[in-house]
Amino acid sequence: METNEIPQYSIETKDLSIFYGTFKAVSDVNLLIEKQKITAIIGPSGCGKSTLLRAFNRMNDFVPSSYVTGKVLMGGQNMYGANIDPVEVRRKIGMVFQKPNPFPKSIYENIAWGARINGFKGNMDELVEQSLRGAALWEEVKDVLQKSAYELSGGQQQRLCIARTIAIQPDIILMDEPASALDPISTLRIEELMQELKKNYTIIIVTHNMQQAARVSDYTAMMMLEKDGSRSGTVIEFSETKKIFTNPKDKRTEDYVTGRFG
Amino acid sequence: MNSNHNHYPEGESLRRALATRYRNASIGRVLFFSALVIAILSLVALLYNVIDGAFGYVAFEYKNDPTEFTSKPLDDLTKEELLAILKANLSSGAYTKLDNEKPMEKRSRSVLYTLLLERLIQIDTKQTWSLTDSIFRSGEIKAEVAQKYPEAKLEFRSWLTPVFLTTPMSSKAEFAGVRTAIFGSLWMVGIAILFALPIGTGAAIYLQEYANKNFLNRVIQTNINNLAGVPSIVYGMLGLAIFVRTLEPLTSGSIFGVTDANGRTILSAGLTMGILVLPLIIINAQEAIKAVPDSLRQAAFGVGATRWQAVWHHVLPNALPGILTGSILAVSRAIGETAPLIVVGASTFISLDPDGPFSKFTALPIQIYQWTTRAQPEFHSIAASAIIVLLVLLLTLNATAVLLRNRVQRRY
Amino acid sequence: MKQENTIMENQNFRPLDLKKKMRLGESVIQTLLFLAGFLSIFITVAIVYVLGKEAWLFFGNPDVTFAKFLGTTEWSPGIGKFGIWPLVTSTLTTSFIAMLVSLPFGLAAALYLSEYASPKARSALKPILEILAGIPTVVYGYFALLFMTPLLQFIFGEGVQVYNMLSAGIVMGIMILPLISSMSEDALSSVPRALREGSYAMGATKIETSLQVVLPAALSGIGAALIIGISRAVGETMIVAVAAGAGPNFTFNPFLAAETMTGHIARISGGDLSYNSIDYTSLFAIALMLFLVTLVLNLISQGIINRFRQRYE
Repeated sequence: METNEIPQYSIETKDLSIFYGTFKAVSDVNLLIEKQKITAIIGPSGCGKSTLLRAFNRMNDFVPSSYVTGKVLMGGQNMYGANIDPVEVRRKIGMVFQKPNPFPKSIYENIAWGARINGFKGNMDELVEQSLRGAALWEEVKDVLQKSAYELSGGQQQRLCIARTIAIQPDIILMDEPASALDPISTLRIEELMQELKKNYTIIIVTHNMQQAARVSDYTAMMMLEKDGSRSGTVIEFSETKKIFTNPKDKRTEDYVTGRFG
Repeated sequence: MNSNHNHYPEGESLRRALATRYRNASIGRVLFFSALVIAILSLVALLYNVIDGAFGYVAFEYKNDPTEFTSKPLDDLTKEELLAILKANLSSGAYTKLDNEKPMEKRSRSVLYTLLLERLIQIDTKQTWSLTDSIFRSGEIKAEVAQKYPEAKLEFRSWLTPVFLTTPMSSKAEFAGVRTAIFGSLWMVGIAILFALPIGTGAAIYLQEYANKNFLNRVIQTNINNLAGVPSIVYGMLGLAIFVRTLEPLTSGSIFGVTDANGRTILSAGLTMGILVLPLIIINAQEAIKAVPDSLRQAAFGVGATRWQAVWHHVLPNALPGILTGSILAVSRAIGETAPLIVVGASTFISLDPDGPFSKFTALPIQIYQWTTRAQPEFHSIAASAIIVLLVLLLTLNATAVLLRNRVQRRY
Repeated sequence: MKQENTIMENQNFRPLDLKKKMRLGESVIQTLLFLAGFLSIFITVAIVYVLGKEAWLFFGNPDVTFAKFLGTTEWSPGIGKFGIWPLVTSTLTTSFIAMLVSLPFGLAAALYLSEYASPKARSALKPILEILAGIPTVVYGYFALLFMTPLLQFIFGEGVQVYNMLSAGIVMGIMILPLISSMSEDALSSVPRALREGSYAMGATKIETSLQVVLPAALSGIGAALIIGISRAVGETMIVAVAAGAGPNFTFNPFLAAETMTGHIARISGGDLSYNSIDYTSLFAIALMLFLVTLVLNLISQGIINRFRQRYE
């Protein structure tokens, strides 16, 4: 892909492999993530879903001895290239984690902090309100903005984490099993929120819940350990979610989505 | 949402903002690391300071000319010749007294040589120099000595010698040694550990294996943690009031027929130190017992063992290395403690080896304190030498503890 | 095989007895172990009783009034001067200097070790702090008197007395640094990884994460370290006994010699001290104050740590 073309994809990976020391955790992934769609990564536990997701915003940098081969292209630039600033990558690609992890600060500060360190110059109150509205949390917390974020329920905390992510106006939001620690009602609210968010953002979500993937995503990447016994995970099938669940090409995908395996 | 988009820096201003943030990040890193550098420098300065004091030039004069006693150079005298000189020149009373302490024939040449210098020739130290000065200003020092003390001899001396380790106290720094202090420290620590190890281990077993979570046991646990933080001098006051004063008949040995004694004995000091290290031993033993996997206890109960059988046959043997590590750490704490010994009344001038728990005594840190606070620089030199002895002792103990700990860690 | 059979058969005839049995040995052992644990309570009671009793005798002396104790500034019980303040001011001064040294440096070292250092660097650097922590305080006293004081005299000139609170305070700070650093490091590393990741995912740099997310989250643990540090500084004896000066002096000037509470106890009890004299009982009054102050500080610190642990477990 040429850098001067306007890319129609948010993220493109080319032969992406991820290593921890000598261990190859994820091998040869080629994906085209479409803009303003939700892409789900599914697969059995330990197949490298989260590792792959974390490669998209260079969170694996914090694991000593980890490195990647191949490319992750964003807007035509390889985000593992020599001149790329990981801090700026993470600002453009936000992340929501498995367990809600608000900062031990007030609700207001949780959102304002990220904006401030990234040099936000506009009206902070406005940004906080917009972000909380964007995460469908405003109505619940507008009177308690100065309270500690820890006083919120788990589902509210997770939406706060989404709010603080959209406050720094990323292009892409990565979600690592964002509802796995939540009750069914909170899960539903997060899923509804995702449908709202995809109007403005590209979303990539890792989930082990296949119903969730089927409900929320437009595209699905199926990951599995390689057959050669190397314990490396790879994407065995990637297409529209409908196809994956109704007419998978790979036998292993079929076994997995129909519950015969995993 | 998009209305805010232009409020984040883009392009050139983004580049500059990022550059600033990265500069702050590296400044922070350097600042944080410099704190460690300061810690390292302090340690280096401390060790340098000690070594600097323990070696160096000394200018001294002989009060009595050696040629009054012998025509040979002093260094060439044999043991027999030294013996003869001492016999001929010491008063017979002094000679007999020395002979009674330890037969003169059985003393080594270096001890006799020291006696010759100390009793007959007698040394008068004029000035001492630090190791740094001795190395870098040796020419100046020589010139200075030649001018200021024309009679004096200048020699490069290690204040830390085998003789220093094996001689008892003396009121002259040149002849003082740490023998009695080392023995005093060993006796004191021995009594402390004999007292604290069984009781501390017992308390740890009780708290880990028997105690349920009731109010009393919580109080005991909190109390132990707090005792660990009580200033050591307060333990000294406790020892003074209880062991030295109230239990004087016991600690002085008078009920065992020891006469001419008061409560300021090794026994009092040892028990005081035992109480001081008790919380340390309990807490370490608790950690060691906690580390024994529960499956082991359950296996024992599964074959019908009682609580004590499970503890005695399975938990304790597995926790033992950890408990020993803890006791070694307690020993090193006790060896270095000074304040409580001052309070319970360690004497500073003891020239006889302690011969039992009812002896008066001195200890290494007491000597270091005493010598450091003397005004004459030659006492600072022997204080430095005693510090080296103490640090080497502690290093050995701690290395043993680390080795033990590593062996335990490998097991689980 | 045959033998086993007979045992099995015999067991069938043995009456089943599951009643509680009196195990005398077990009870004796359990009692002994309990007593070992209870001894610690006894020690605390003994400390309070002994210090309290002698302090009571001191304050019961008709010459000693609270007005004199807290209202005058000269301390010399032997000649009827009972103003505690000179000992308190020097204790405060030396402790304050010590914390001024140990808190920032200890905290910075902890931040480096927990947030920046590679595991390899950490395992190389931590033993150095452990060595510093293991050096007997009397050795620090030697260092203060014969290294730090000459250094300070070189820097600040003749105004620095041979015995001075500044030197003792700085060296005490070096002594307490490893304690602050290791307790703070514990607090920092118990901050969940998820918080750090959350911060990095927002595009924060390492220092922004360390100072603005991790540090505030660990603040109560660091507070506990600070309090323990103060308690240690107040109770430290040998450094001040060697280097801070002999003789009470009502001053906050760090360049001057002044005796602290602990230094005073060490000096007076090291000399000839006759039981029941006012000097003797006055020492216990001072020790009681020391004990109570450090006890309260330790309890607060422990309370904070317990609270802190619950939050992240």
